[in-house]
Amino acid sequence: MIIAEKKPIQEIIEEVQNFDRILILGCNECVTVCEAGGKKEVEVLASALRMYFITQGKEKVISEHTLERQCDHEYLEEIRKNIDNYDAIVSLACGVGVQFAAEKYLTMPLLPGVNTICLGANEDRGLWTERCQACGSCVLARTGGICPVSRCAKRVLNGPCGGSTNGKCELGPDTDCAWQLIVDRLKALDKMDDYEKIAPIKDWSTDRAGGPRTVTREDVKI
Amino acid sequence: MSEFVSASRLERVMKAGHLGVTSECGPPRGSDPEEVRKKGMLIKDYVDAINVTDNQTAMTRMSSLAACIHLKLLGIEPVLQMVTRDRNRVALQSDILGAASFDIPNMLCLSGDHQSFGDCAKGQNVHDLDSMQLVQTVRHMRDEGKFLGGDDIKRPPKIFVGAAANPFADPFEIRVPRLAKKIACGAEFIQTQCIYNIDKFKEWMKRAVDRGLHEKAFIMAGMTPMKSVGMAKYMKKKVPGMDVPDGIIERLAGVEKGKQAQEGIDICVEHIQQLKEITGVAGFHIMAIEWEEKVPEIIKRSGLYPRPEL
Repeated sequence: MIIAEKKPIQEIIEEVQNFDRILILGCNECVTVCEAGGKKEVEVLASALRMYFITQGKEKVISEHTLERQCDHEYLEEIRKNIDNYDAIVSLACGVGVQFAAEKYLTMPLLPGVNTICLGANEDRGLWTERCQACGSCVLARTGGICPVSRCAKRVLNGPCGGSTNGKCELGPDTDCAWQLIVDRLKALDKMDDYEKIAPIKDWSTDRAGGPRTVTREDVKI
Repeated sequence: MSEFVSASRLERVMKAGHLGVTSECGPPRGSDPEEVRKKGMLIKDYVDAINVTDNQTAMTRMSSLAACIHLKLLGIEPVLQMVTRDRNRVALQSDILGAASFDIPNMLCLSGDHQSFGDCAKGQNVHDLDSMQLVQTVRHMRDEGKFLGGDDIKRPPKIFVGAAANPFADPFEIRVPRLAKKIACGAEFIQTQCIYNIDKFKEWMKRAVDRGLHEKAFIMAGMTPMKSVGMAKYMKKKVPGMDVPDGIIERLAGVEKGKQAQEGIDICVEHIQQLKEITGVAGFHIMAIEWEEKVPEIIKRSGLYPRPEL
């Protein structure tokens, strides 16, 4: 899923202070699962903003709404009937949701309430870690199912580099060496012979290098 | 490995069966070419070639290629170090041609320390190619006379191609397979990480020799003299992939502070003498970090001077 992290409240206050009617718009998908932008976080942020503006003696209307998905035309339409009630929207969706809403409501200021971090998983309670960088050309079949693009700090396709120590990356003890994990998996799969296969120079044109990416599927077009 | 692939003296020395000797010179954090020339002249007559580091530890410095040119103009043979951290395949190929235009005959292909260690911790890194793919790239340009894109190169680069190996990083069991991979990619010489753990290095080299890798590439042992017990402790604890046995630290700690540097030189010379006897060691790469003036003493005392006449 997409992992996001709440923006500091002070940053959000600075962005919204000149608006009087503000909608806090949550999303019921990834950001709900990673506890950054679901219904619960909408309530918490709305309450915090109300309290702040009361202490400042400012009258603001802070509304709350959470959509099933912000990256979907159908659900975004839900707020159209009330859109004139707001001067700005703080979206707690990922960067995709914020932009989709901005594209739909051309004259409405759209402000992000979270920082979108990565494609990752909930590894442990309160811990989300990256697993994919959407390079557009998956190499996992060759690397024991562990991704060197997203999990190696140098994206080394023929690793590990010389900085791997005790299973950890040269960045420090909090980061696993992706290539240690790959070697461990290849051993477990009894496929260590695969280690010596040389990974060819990668075609990065499917990564961000190729510009904004699209997927077109004639078979599912209406 | 009978015919020469470049005009490199280093290539000729090792192909003639002599132990090759290289040292290194870190470019300055400024634009004064005198600093490069001074370091180069200190060691010129004691080595076959001098590596010029490429923004080592990710600290921004004078470019490796420019510093190589300064050395070349003094008649010193450079080994151009290139990391894949800062340049994509366009820039790497372009710099390889730039180096070849000055007839720089050696290159060492590296991935480079992560930028978070340096002065641009908030910068992007590139890693379009990895170090093995950079080796393949130079070999492709030289041997096929073509760019990665397939077009012909007018006057292809004639460069003796090297790669680094760290016998001490983890996981240990893939360290020799990894060396084999680098050689399979086309590395013709290898310079190792600094060696302090002689027994572990011997084990690594034995496994490399068992696979015949020493006959496919010249493996040069990396040596860095310790200046003090503080440096030894720092290297042990803070430098990724470095193996400094406690015995080295204890030996340095056992002499008074003013004599630790000399003790460090003595250890380095003793290690070189031991490693000279090991099958598979084709030369030495002496990295005296900001201590270039000690390189002649180390080389002389190790019996590696004078350098062979060719």
